[in-house]
Amino acid sequence: MPRDTFGGELANLKNQLLQLGMDTERTIGEGVNALKTRDRALAQAIIAHDAEINRVRYSIEEQCYELIATQQPLASDLREIISILLIAIELERIADHSKNLGEIVIHMGDEPLLKPLIDIPRMAEITQSMLNQSLDAFSRKDAAMGRAVCNRDDEIDNLYQQIFRELLTYVMQDPRTVNRALNLLFAAHNLERIGDRITNIGERVIYAATGQLEELNIERPAT
Amino acid sequence: MSTNQSLRIFTRALASNETADAPTTTVKMRVTNLNFYYGAFRAVADVSLDVPDRRITAIIGSSGCGKSTLLRTLNRMGDLVPNARVEGDVLLDDESIYAPNVDVVDVRRRVGMVFQRPNPFPKSIYDNVTFGPRLLGVNHRADLDAIVEKSLRAAALWDEVKEKLHESGFALSGGQQQRLCIARALAVEPEVVLMDEPASALDPIATYKIEELMHQLRDEYTIVIVTHNMQQAARASDFTAFMNMNAQRAGTLVEFGPTKEIFTNPHQKETEDYITGRFG
Repeated sequence: MPRDTFGGELANLKNQLLQLGMDTERTIGEGVNALKTRDRALAQAIIAHDAEINRVRYSIEEQCYELIATQQPLASDLREIISILLIAIELERIADHSKNLGEIVIHMGDEPLLKPLIDIPRMAEITQSMLNQSLDAFSRKDAAMGRAVCNRDDEIDNLYQQIFRELLTYVMQDPRTVNRALNLLFAAHNLERIGDRITNIGERVIYAATGQLEELNIERPAT
Repeated sequence: MSTNQSLRIFTRALASNETADAPTTTVKMRVTNLNFYYGAFRAVADVSLDVPDRRITAIIGSSGCGKSTLLRTLNRMGDLVPNARVEGDVLLDDESIYAPNVDVVDVRRRVGMVFQRPNPFPKSIYDNVTFGPRLLGVNHRADLDAIVEKSLRAAALWDEVKEKLHESGFALSGGQQQRLCIARALAVEPEVVLMDEPASALDPIATYKIEELMHQLRDEYTIVIVTHNMQQAARASDFTAFMNMNAQRAGTLVEFGPTKEIFTNPHQKETEDYITGRFG
């Protein structure tokens, strides 16, 4: 092939993105674990690690610009580079949400959890699985798989609604719980936003694979 | 590609063209089932293509795939090659340019051409531009003066040469010479301008000037450009036709569509492979 060097650089960039994806996926699990176990040391470690994730994202971004400027990629190459760039940004934001989970743990101090965590770890598991699947879809250029990931965002949204209603009943029964309820609601909210960002990744997978730009995260009327 | 297929692609191309101020989107030239032979060798095979009016259509493809040969059939320049033969047809405004009663000189006036290397005549700038009009019988000085200014302005050269119209065309830089050739082509008021690699012998700045000029000319002229430079096709054209050689080494049309689609999401794998540099 006449463009082996460029092909190698693009493959290398894709690998870096997948590494960043795996690293980001791990932060979600760690964030919820820190919340479950009230492990402040782990929370601090997640917060500290965010700087590394940011660094990798900027490095990927810079390499994308260099390839665009020096290699003038076209067609599927162009779509892939643009998608790598945008997915890297989404991953970095997802890691920011994990970092927020760590900050909630620090903020809560020794205050006991309002209730045992059931749905929040469930949300974390689903987002982790969605993120893995979306990265898999990107590496296979599989648009159908990318679309399937996005469909799972409904599960996340439903769990978030459920958590919101449940915490509301606690606060209504005893308004003094409001602070502890808000901490958990904020944690759930961060996981809900992670789901939305994974949907954005799914859209990029579809674009890279087919050239079609689709809005998949359509706002549904509140129930 | 069948005529129906190319029509369908063309219709879709027009539907997705977002240029709001587009003066027209009709077909200026229609190539139907065109075959071109150099002796027994078929250089172009079964090409059907609609060239949109007042748009820039780029023809890309690897060396020897028949791009220039196809271009030359659009004003019957191919007739000048000994033992060459054309099958199929080319319509200009719905009328065949290969019909027996057609005046070839008139075809070449309506469909002008600019070549790869600037080829000004060994004459003054003024005489280069007025050469065609004089052949067509324009003799009044005032008329010729008006044509010179209009053509040189249209070719974005007037301001650079207005003080030295009677100096030799060879005194100009390569990029200026090429714009002089474009002015010379425009002087006979063609409807279509064919450009065969018009910037391949020019430096980047002169190249951008030619591309900018093409963009200005598309309001009034239909332009068909053959280029090896894919970035140029991507930058400067509205529609792109990709040609490739078939197993018999004859040039065929693989894909035709809006430039932005060809360069971001081509439909044919062959096109994708060529423009991403996977072969060629």
